[in-house]
Amino acid sequence: MAKNSARDIEVKAFATHQVITQPNPLRKVLRRVEDKDLSEKDLDDPVARAEQALAGLSGEFKDWMADEVNRLSTAYGAIRNDGFTKDRRDELFRAAHDIKGDAATFGFPVAAEIAESLCRVIEHAPDFEKVPAELFTHHINAILAIVHDNTRLDSLTVSSELSRRLRKVADEYLAHVNRDRPEHLEAVLAPSIAPLE
Amino acid sequence: MGRGNPSLTPGTIWLTKIDRFGPGAMFRIDFNKLRFLVCDDNPHMRRILRTLLHSFGAREVYEAEDGATALEMYSHYVPDIVITDWAMPIFDGLELAQMIRQPESKGNPYAPIIMLTGHSEKRRVTVARDAGVTEFLAKPISAKGLYQRILNVVANPRPFIKTKTYFGPDRRRNTNSAYMGPERRVGEKHEVLQQPSLLDKARSSI
Repeated sequence: MAKNSARDIEVKAFATHQVITQPNPLRKVLRRVEDKDLSEKDLDDPVARAEQALAGLSGEFKDWMADEVNRLSTAYGAIRNDGFTKDRRDELFRAAHDIKGDAATFGFPVAAEIAESLCRVIEHAPDFEKVPAELFTHHINAILAIVHDNTRLDSLTVSSELSRRLRKVADEYLAHVNRDRPEHLEAVLAPSIAPLE
Repeated sequence: MGRGNPSLTPGTIWLTKIDRFGPGAMFRIDFNKLRFLVCDDNPHMRRILRTLLHSFGAREVYEAEDGATALEMYSHYVPDIVITDWAMPIFDGLELAQMIRQPESKGNPYAPIIMLTGHSEKRRVTVARDAGVTEFLAKPISAKGLYQRILNVVANPRPFIKTKTYFGPDRRRNTNSAYMGPERRVGEKHEVLQQPSLLDKARSSI
């Protein structure tokens, strides 16, 4: 789709800023639908279709989740065996962060919660090397156990309780080590915008 | 530039009302005319996004696994909408947004950018907004949430604001007559579209 040419762009200059307007460059993809002549095509629901397609992928989710936890395990193993570097720390964070974002989609919502707790430890601990190793291993082992034991939506009680306790321990640790770092403490204590509906 | 609030027709979110075209005027998006650029380092998430976009009807979906490749593809393919992850190695989604939002660049600095991320903290939403991100969608992804963000950028684009420190879509989605704090901008009043704040929208998957 062609973008607007420079002559279509209107710039209003104010004392401290400019307001730039242009005709909606995507207007051509909006198709008017008249009430009286709604066709079958117009009543087709693309969201339902997409949800169905996503469900069609679900047979692969367990393998995908196994890939994600292997990546997490490998990232932590690299730190434990070869020592801490910023790159290794970043890889551990990204691996945990991906699980936080993806695991619920793959059918492992509690693994996502535990990964979120792990992300917070990695992000807000002032000195990564001083974080008790058990805090990492308990989080990672819990995620591994949930995924390998296939603890899916139908058997959440134990894993949910485990997640709740891990989060509590992690939050207490972060509140303690950030007691003199108000900016981090505020971020640690701030409510998450998740969970989503 | 569009004016007026698109509102969803109850029960049929694929149809949207846009009041500026007259009462009750309903529209749907022809996805097959849209070109998407998806940037995520995680191949599983790229697969999910591709599946959702194709199911919506999109034909042209280009994929990049890092920000640098995405920037190159952005210049080459000139996508209509960019959907990017935040956390990626070397060149992340935030930097990608900042590179796209260069007002003097030869490319198109105005394309809508949807940030799809596992970050779910309020301050992250603010940082993304200040980098020029148009919409924010917290993972886990849902078909409905993604569709809504696309619908909003297509049906209800916002003006762009350029200041000494910011270039991107208008960050004010609400007018608040009771607001008493310092103003980021001064000058005559201008119309501001009524929309939920980026944070409120990020809190909800719809």
